[in-house]
Amino acid sequence: MSWFRKPSSTPLWRDEFPVFTADEQFVNRRQFTKFLTLTSFGMMVGNLWILGKSMFHRPASYPRVPVAAMDEIAVGGVKIFNYPSADDPCILVRTVADEYVAYSQKCTHLSCAVYYEKEQNRLECPCHQGFFSIADGSVLQGPPQRALPRVVLEKKDGRLVAIRMETESL
Amino acid sequence: MNTNPPQKRGLTAIDGAMALIVILLLVQIWLLSATLESYLAGHREVALPGAIISAILFAVCLGLYRFVDRIDSEVRRG
Repeated sequence: MSWFRKPSSTPLWRDEFPVFTADEQFVNRRQFTKFLTLTSFGMMVGNLWILGKSMFHRPASYPRVPVAAMDEIAVGGVKIFNYPSADDPCILVRTVADEYVAYSQKCTHLSCAVYYEKEQNRLECPCHQGFFSIADGSVLQGPPQRALPRVVLEKKDGRLVAIRMETESL
Repeated sequence: MNTNPPQKRGLTAIDGAMALIVILLLVQIWLLSATLESYLAGHREVALPGAIISAILFAVCLGLYRFVDRIDSEVRRG
């Protein structure tokens, strides 16, 4: 790092720990520019960190979890379940006789639990009046900016099986 | 013809370079926040151009720092 500090007649210790307090607090142009350049280096490291994270990103693997029997829920009825982990509440809705949809129950605004509003056929977050489409989980109204993550369901032997989560790409 | 003394010209050059570094740094801060926002939204393809541009901006900042360092040394020597 010799190029970063030019050889000087003043020893480093005297520059770093001067005798007078005023000298110690004085920041000259060169020091200030060095600080800005180091900050710039930090910004570049941040961008490289994001690049590394994106290069070594692995798609998440989801378990296959039976959610409910197909005749367990009445039309317009709901069932709460947890997927993919026990800490991720989801809501399953039987919209018509042969159609089931499931979404994460955490509102994408501030993670309040959404519930199914049968009269309006939509999902509602009661905390800040956010509304989501029951068809695809997209935002209809309110403060949320992102759609609800959708649980992909598979019908097998009269049961609904959750196979993965799908998140909307903005 | 510039009639300013060399020391004053040197200080003007240093001030200009510092102002440019500050502008580049602001752009870099914005770039980092925008790249992070896109990455968290699932757009991983923006990470590479973001990193390349950030590296270029850092290289320019480093060049300007070395310029300031050199001019400052010359001005101090008189």
